[in-house]
Amino acid sequence: MATLQTPPGASEAGAGAGAAPGGTAPAAAGLPLAGGGSIGGARSLRRMGRAITANRKATVGTALLVLFIFVALFPGLIAHDDPQAQIYPRGLTPNAQHWLGTTSFGQDLFAQVIYGTRPVLLIAFGVGLLATVVAMLIGVAAAYLGGGWDGTLNVITDVLLVIPLFPLLIIIGSYLHGAGTAVMIAVIAATGWSYTARQLRAQALSLRNRDFLNAAKVRGERRLYVICVEIIPTMTSLLVAAFLTNALYAVLFSSSLQFIGLGDPNVTSWGTMLYWAENNEAFQTGLPLWIIVPGLCIVTLGAAFALLNYAFDEIGNPALRPVRSMRARTTRLAAVNTPVARRRPRVKRTD
Amino acid sequence: MSSAPTEGFQRSGPAGRTGNVLEVRDLSVEYIMERGTVLAVDEVSFDLAPGEFIGIVGESGCGKSTLLFAIAQLLTPPAAITGGSVTFLGRNMVGLTDRELAAVRWKDLSVVMQSAMNALNPVKSIGSQFDDAMRAHGVTSKVQIAERSAEVLRMVGIDPIHLKSYPHQLSGGMRQRSMIAMAMLFTPDLVIMDEPTSALDVVAQRSLMVQIKELQEELGFAIIFVTHDMSLVSHFSDRLMVMYGGVVAEFGATRRVFDTPLHPYSVGLLEAFPSIRGPRVPLTGIPGSPPNLASIPPGCRFAPRCPKVMARCEVEPPPLYEVDGTLVRCFLHAGEERGND
Amino acid sequence: MTDPAAGRPPRAALRDTALPADAPAPAESGAPSAQAGTAALLRTEALTRHFKIGSALSRKHTLHAVDDFSLTIGEHEIVALAGESGSGKSTVARLLAKLYKPTSGEIYFQGRPLSAIRGRRAVLRYRGDVPMVFQDPFASFNPVFRVSHGIMRCLKLHRPELSAQQRREEAERVFTAVGLTPAAEVLERFPHELSGGQRQRVGFAQALALRPKLILADEPVSMLDVSIRIGLLNLMADLRDTQGVSILYITHDIASARYVADRLIVMYAGHIAETGPTEEVLSRPRHPYTQLLLSAVPDPRAPLGVGAETDRGEPPKVIDPTPGCRFRWRCPLAIDECHQVTPPLRELLPEHSAACHVARADAETQAFR
Repeated sequence: MATLQTPPGASEAGAGAGAAPGGTAPAAAGLPLAGGGSIGGARSLRRMGRAITANRKATVGTALLVLFIFVALFPGLIAHDDPQAQIYPRGLTPNAQHWLGTTSFGQDLFAQVIYGTRPVLLIAFGVGLLATVVAMLIGVAAAYLGGGWDGTLNVITDVLLVIPLFPLLIIIGSYLHGAGTAVMIAVIAATGWSYTARQLRAQALSLRNRDFLNAAKVRGERRLYVICVEIIPTMTSLLVAAFLTNALYAVLFSSSLQFIGLGDPNVTSWGTMLYWAENNEAFQTGLPLWIIVPGLCIVTLGAAFALLNYAFDEIGNPALRPVRSMRARTTRLAAVNTPVARRRPRVKRTD
Repeated sequence: MSSAPTEGFQRSGPAGRTGNVLEVRDLSVEYIMERGTVLAVDEVSFDLAPGEFIGIVGESGCGKSTLLFAIAQLLTPPAAITGGSVTFLGRNMVGLTDRELAAVRWKDLSVVMQSAMNALNPVKSIGSQFDDAMRAHGVTSKVQIAERSAEVLRMVGIDPIHLKSYPHQLSGGMRQRSMIAMAMLFTPDLVIMDEPTSALDVVAQRSLMVQIKELQEELGFAIIFVTHDMSLVSHFSDRLMVMYGGVVAEFGATRRVFDTPLHPYSVGLLEAFPSIRGPRVPLTGIPGSPPNLASIPPGCRFAPRCPKVMARCEVEPPPLYEVDGTLVRCFLHAGEERGND
Repeated sequence: MTDPAAGRPPRAALRDTALPADAPAPAESGAPSAQAGTAALLRTEALTRHFKIGSALSRKHTLHAVDDFSLTIGEHEIVALAGESGSGKSTVARLLAKLYKPTSGEIYFQGRPLSAIRGRRAVLRYRGDVPMVFQDPFASFNPVFRVSHGIMRCLKLHRPELSAQQRREEAERVFTAVGLTPAAEVLERFPHELSGGQRQRVGFAQALALRPKLILADEPVSMLDVSIRIGLLNLMADLRDTQGVSILYITHDIASARYVADRLIVMYAGHIAETGPTEEVLSRPRHPYTQLLLSAVPDPRAPLGVGAETDRGEPPKVIDPTPGCRFRWRCPLAIDECHQVTPPLRELLPEHSAACHVARADAETQAFR
């Protein structure tokens, strides 16, 4: 029995859920995809895998991200030089030994780029996770607890939203000048959670009066249980989106901070490369790759996160999928104004 | 209530050879998705004479709403008409462009949606929505617009002072009435209604049905009324079409279908309504559930649930037979004339 | 997964079968509260719930959702609470389910007042005795979890004496009892894989697993297809007969109330308009509102009687009301007293009460035909 019994858009209800046929699928009514892991298990992972390959944005984004993660995990496999070693001839243009040339200090540029991936990714994922967790706790608590809690948490969130973040980061950064990666993660996460907290609160609010939460309350569940077990898992796709948003924001802001010299100078990362390149007038001294390549890497990583963000939106909400290809097919078919051949065998690839 | 519509808003009579307002022939609608296609409406045909009231009943998933949207040319991808024709006032509507359709829409054909709250713009007053509709069809004179707006509201029993109200300020019943008033703006030949009363309570429902019938008798337009509640149209429709699984199960004069239902599904459906008057008897409903349109079984679509199923029913799909003017798609009546299929 | 109605002869779903419409009031009119013999299972006394509305700054208006609501539910009976939207019936359900606190008045369950139920264990026990089945089969399940999640949590919370294996068996037992077979397979499904009717059955199964005394069913069939409704109504009658459960059946559909309920309470604008045995109230309605409802119900088998004035109103939102009958604006029989004094619920006939100044025990005051 099981599967979808009615075409998408034609709801099952006898009275009153009237969705226009041909429009959004029932899942689009605000409910995100169920998360993977223990709840759906292997089946939902497979489903997600298929969803990723089916969607172009998701495929490209995932491919890029996987590439960067691989580079970050195994830099030694790809670049054979020590990025910090200032032993090579200075200011070389790309050649066989140094694919990207060398810096003004005599470091191998390629090695720098490769080894510089790990710190950036650490910050991206670290901030992504931390900021999302904080946003989730604050946003969902505000929505579900309501009343005074909601008011107080909202004020805090709004204040942070209003303060311009980059100047704030600069101020904090100049106090913590030279502190390590962990501190940078903490600082960026602490200032950046407010945007996604707002989004999560909005969605939690819309879920608050859903009957399944009332049903949980009526069967005797405690409030904390309802928040953690009933509400949060239904918000998975928004949480993934929040994670990606925060990761993207972290990449850009941390690189910017490093570019203006507030990062840790001992760490080789794309941002610090830009800093040194700028200080040594890379463009003017004929070493444009020193600026261009790390810049491109930052942009590409950012794009990977952004693509994945859009892709997850589309996967979770079929209404956002591109309809152009669909429309072409359907108008072509409709123009054929003859009765369909009766009972012609239809090849159906069902799920 | 005014007796004659304002100058310029009269109806242009039905054109075409047969004089029918609407002729639907073998209309099929499919939902085309990556996984395959779902046949939501399978070769439905019927005619609609001027001023006639046809009720289309069925449960969820039977295709009645899809059929309605297909007739009104309101389908959006992934749904599309994949066969058949919809001839309205002598002109085939399938395949017309939006611009060509715009000439017909609202002037000759209008639609009343299920939930007024969804169909009305919540940030605009009723009057300005009427204004929009009329301007979109070339009426520019403010005086004419004001007069006609007040006139249609009076027709449905709403004080024209509510032209200034916003939808959320009106009650559910009043919202539905203003939707119907909006549909009356150009005195169309055909009004299509998709469950306009399902969001209302029983008293408001009743009064809205009476109102619709009065309007129809006065202005003479044809109505296609889709609902899941058979008893609602029992006193108002001329003919009744029962749909099941995307096909027409039974189609005939309303009283005939109610008094002597021919298709086992119609029988089951009628018996599934507990009665207010009359003896209290235990009822059984119809066991099972509607068919999965993504994988239609061979043979009659109602066979898995039919109390009178025969061996033949599971193998070949029955065509429409005609019994005393009623069309029924059931082998129980094989041996009668074959109706138009 | 078979429907229990398939293949079995029609069960006697009703108490008094074959009752012609014009028969005189039956002597033994299923008055179960007297039959049951024991004290009422649940009783409310002048139950009232108001909501403060208005802008966020000045909440100076009060919405009277439920006013002075007194009902009794006995054991082994189905009581229907009928009314249109805005009548307050859903608020009553939520008050009884302890989702809202009453503004005033009291609810007594098995003789003990609800306000005295404090402490997690006592509250949990009440929730186990009085569970609720919700209206919307789509929204009342968390889409992320399998169907087994809800019922296993119910069992874990309310029947801690069972082991995990026993809980599993109990879940399968109640699923089979409501007609969801094969139970083990249905338990592993996700909600979106079940039909609306099946989901409502799961709702009843969850309630049944708690071994309740009274199930609050908030419009359990209004969002289902017509042919599926009967199956669920039969299930409710079956639960009353074989599982010994009482049900408060909240609905706006009088016909289904007649089909399944022993007693009927008609609600209007937060007040009780009329109450009594179902057959009695429907065959001899005394309150003009009940008469209006009856005349408006579409019945294909009866000819259409269009009244000279077809009432088109809807129940009002009762905001800062003045004393007087709340139906007076729509009532063709309203007299001066109706505008000044709120009519109390008076017993006109045995077990049959109406809140109307004009209603008489014997005379046929027909406001709406």
